[in-house]
This record gives sequence, structure tokens and C-alpha cells, in this order.
Amino acid sequence: MASIAPGRQLHVPEPAAPDRSVGAKSAIPGFGLTMGLTIAWLSLIVLIPLSTVFIRSAGMGWFDFVAAGFSPRAIAAYKVSFGTAFAAALVNAVFGLVTAWVLVRYRFPGRRIVNALVDLPFALPTAVAGIALTAIYAGNGWVGQFLEPLGIKVAYTPVGIAVALIFIGLPFIVRSVEPVLEDMNVEIEEAALSLGARPWQIFVRIILPAIMPALLTGFALAFARGVGEYGSVIFIAGNMPFKSEIAPLLIITQLEQYDYAAATAIATVMLVASFAMLLLINVIQAWNRKRVNG
Amino acid sequence: MEKFGKSTARLCLIGVAIAFLAMFLVLPLVSVFAEGLSKGIEAYGAAIIEPDALSAIRLTLLVAAISVPLNIVFGIAAAWAIAKFDFRGKSLLTTFIDLPFSVSPVVAGLIYVLLFGAHGWLGPWLRAHDIQIVFAVPGIVLATIFVTFPFVARELIPLMSEQGRDDEEAALSLGASGFQTFWHVTLPNIRWGLLYGVLLCNARAMGEFGAVSVVSGHLRGQTNTMPLHVEILYNEYNFAAAFAVASLLALLALVTLILKSIVEWRFDHRRGGAGH
Repeated sequence: MASIAPGRQLHVPEPAAPDRSVGAKSAIPGFGLTMGLTIAWLSLIVLIPLSTVFIRSAGMGWFDFVAAGFSPRAIAAYKVSFGTAFAAALVNAVFGLVTAWVLVRYRFPGRRIVNALVDLPFALPTAVAGIALTAIYAGNGWVGQFLEPLGIKVAYTPVGIAVALIFIGLPFIVRSVEPVLEDMNVEIEEAALSLGARPWQIFVRIILPAIMPALLTGFALAFARGVGEYGSVIFIAGNMPFKSEIAPLLIITQLEQYDYAAATAIATVMLVASFAMLLLINVIQAWNRKRVNG
Repeated sequence: MEKFGKSTARLCLIGVAIAFLAMFLVLPLVSVFAEGLSKGIEAYGAAIIEPDALSAIRLTLLVAAISVPLNIVFGIAAAWAIAKFDFRGKSLLTTFIDLPFSVSPVVAGLIYVLLFGAHGWLGPWLRAHDIQIVFAVPGIVLATIFVTFPFVARELIPLMSEQGRDDEEAALSLGASGFQTFWHVTLPNIRWGLLYGVLLCNARAMGEFGAVSVVSGHLRGQTNTMPLHVEILYNEYNFAAAFAVASLLALLALVTLILKSIVEWRFDHRRGGAGH
């Protein structure tokens, strides 16, 4: 393969095929076709439909928008959505990091099964995860029956929402941190150990700084997914307004009452929040590239 | 002594990871099958071959059969344009392609209601021409395409960028046409990455709930996909039947994971850090 490219360049001066070479040589064909298709399809499916939310909001007027998008009930729903997503992402940051570490650094029986299992939340439909988690954590469920006597209620409370979001968010952390751990130079840790560093010092001073951007990216991805998650949450949440009602559910409730303005305003707030998260993720990754490249 | 400490830490960490995964991933998976079979194998079978369940299965397969191929075509086109050419605004275009991953599924459904619903921009025109999009099958397909939009493209873009364009240029210089080059050179190079993206795309297409829930009319036997059918049965307290249908989706997830592992093994393909 490598020999073909230089060989072709050597043949260029030859006058054998002077007329048909110009176009074929300069570029691969199909740019116009594939680019046109991409832009058209992207606009039709994603950009134009998404713009409807913003255009509708803009048409509402500032006062109406705030009244609908930041009503007390909506603010309570944002608090539930963002709070539980944040808590779940924190739990996942800890256990996801442990899982990634174990998968990269250790060889043990069943490792490949564990590795495949980590992606279960990507493959299992959210509604199935939702009803299964509810069955387990309900008062008479497999886990719930042991927690109930301790006074811990999980299903139909915000704790239950966090449990569902832990399920949904786990692979984001593991799959973000894994490649960085794989590329890490173990010799630095061994050198630190031989110089008398304690394991926690090695973790805090060497490992954590190296994986921080990846961990933050994974955290942000899990958090962003958790804020918008619907299917796995509504079964376990209890869905009490002001208590365990998530923002996506409030959008659906408003739609069912034909209050399109309120649904649109809440959707706009959520879209702006997710764009902000996307921007943050890009900033983290740009910062990381700069750091790695010196 | 030190060796002992190290292996204890190792065992503890493996134990913590496995306990965590067992609690949050394995237990829910097992419970789906246990609850589905709780009323016996006959009730399980009856829940699955009941007409409404069968029509939900058919609709789910139909929606996946439309949305997955469309996303394959789009994904290959987008990856070809982005990976094989240099142009300004490339990173903006990639961000746009990724957008559906950061949008709540409920918002994904809502945008089509705002566009095609009775109160939507195109609502009056559609009604005048007697075309129904939302609360009907076309809306379900559109919402599914939206949420699965990035899967194939984001799998292929890094892969095709990494492979560069030497192979294609060689084929073209030897006189192959553009399409021949794609079919005989590019496609064999990307087949495992493509299969990987298609697997995840299909799992999401068949399992999508939030977006589909907003645009579906929830009409039993007509606009109910499998996940929506599960919800209806569950809300009717028909738990065993709900879990029986859910177990089919759980099986789909297991098959997806197994095939995905095989693809990874064949291809030694590791997903990049961004995940989704």
C-alpha cells in the first residue's frame, strides 16, 4: 500500500496519459454529492425541526416566555432534573473510574463479560430499564425489601430518579476514561513507587491529573444525558409535581394539556442547557489537546 | 508485605466494580426475565402472541427497517465528505451531526409536533391535503431517525479519517470509477466500523421511548411500538405481560452486546473517548 503512492508520483512526469490525469489526480470524487446529501439531510431532520422551538419561543414575547419557562413548577422540575443528574454523574464518576481501572489494569476471569456488560445501558431500551429498576427498588422488590426496614425509600422518590440515571450514565464515564488509562505510562507510577510515594499520592498526583479531562468529559456526557432522560425515569420517579417531576415529563404534561407555549418554553430552557453542556465538553477537550501537545 | 497489600487492593477494586455492576446492571436485566416468567411460561407466550403485542412488534421492526438504512446512507455520505476532504467549518458540521445526542428525547418528539401537529407550522396545509404525520407512523419514523441520527456517522468519521485517502487515490489512479472505488476499496475497509455503528443504531431505533412517545398517538394495534406497548401494559398493572414483552427487548439488547463484542474482537475496534 505504501509503495503505491510514491510510485504514482514517480509516474506523473510521464507523458503517457497527459489529458485524463488532472481531475482524477487532484482529488477523490463525490464531494459535491456527499456534502450536499449531508447538509440536506441534516437540515431536514435536525436543524430545521430544532429551530422551530427557538422561533416559537421568540414569538412568545419575553414576559410570556419567562412566565411559562420559569414558573414555580418548571423551576422545581429543573431542580429535580439537574440535581438528580448531577448526583448520579458523581456516583458514576467514582464507580465508573473504578470499573475502567479494573478493566484496563487487571486480568481476571469474566473480564470480557464485564467489559461487554458495561455497554448494556446503550443497548437496553430505556423503558425496559425503567420498569426493571422500579420492580427491584419498590418496597417489595428484590433490593427494596431490604432498604425499606432501614427507612430508605428508593422507588417513587428523587433517589429512585438518581438510581435510574446511574444506570443510564455509567458507560459514558467508563468509555471516556478507559482509552486514557490504556495510554498511560505505567513506568511513571513505578518510578514514583520506588521513590517512596504512597499509593494515594500516586493516585492524586499522577493518575488523577492525567485522566481529569477524560473524567470531566465523561461526567459532562453522563450529566447531559441524565438531564434529558425520560424513559428510564418516569416509571421509578413517582412523578409528583414539585417533588419528583422531571423537566421532560413536565413538557409532556403541558403538551397533553395543549399548552404548546409552556412546553416550548421549557424545551427551550433545556435545549439552551444542553448546548451549554456541549460547549463545555468541547472546551474541556480543547484544553486537553492543548495540554497534551504542550 | 507490599505484594500482599497490592493484591488486596486489586481484589477490593475488582470486587467493588463487580458488585456495583451486578447491583445496577445485572439485577435489572435478570429481573426482566424473572418478572416476565412469574406467571408461568404459558402466560409469557400468551402475552407475546396477543394481537396488540404482535402489531407492536411489527411496527417496531418496520420503523427500524426504514430508519436504520436511511441512517446508513447518511452516515456513509457524511463520513465520506468529512473524512476524505478538507473544508472550512468541518468541526461545526461534526458538532451539528452530534446534536441529537445532547437533545432530550422528549424535545426530539416535541419539535415534530411543533412542525407537523395540528397547531404546527405545516399543520393546516397537511390537514388540507389529508396527510397525517404526527400521532401516526411517519412521525414515529421521523423521531426515530432524529434520535439515531449520529450513530453511524460518528462511528465512521474517525475511522475513515484515520485510514486517509491513499487507498482510494491508488484505486482511482489505476482507473477505477468513483463508485467502484467506494464499493471495492472503501467499504471493505470500513465494514466492521459500519457494522458496529449499525448495531447500536438498530438497538436505539427499536428501543426508543421518549421521542416516540410524544409523536405516537398511543393507539393500540396502530401506533404502538414495543416500548410503548410495555408502558401501556405496565400502567394497566398487567406486570407479567409488560415484562414478557420487555424481555424480548432485553433479548435484543443481549444479542446486540454479543454481536458487538464479536465485532470488537474481529476488528479490535476501540471506541473513542467521546462516547454517546
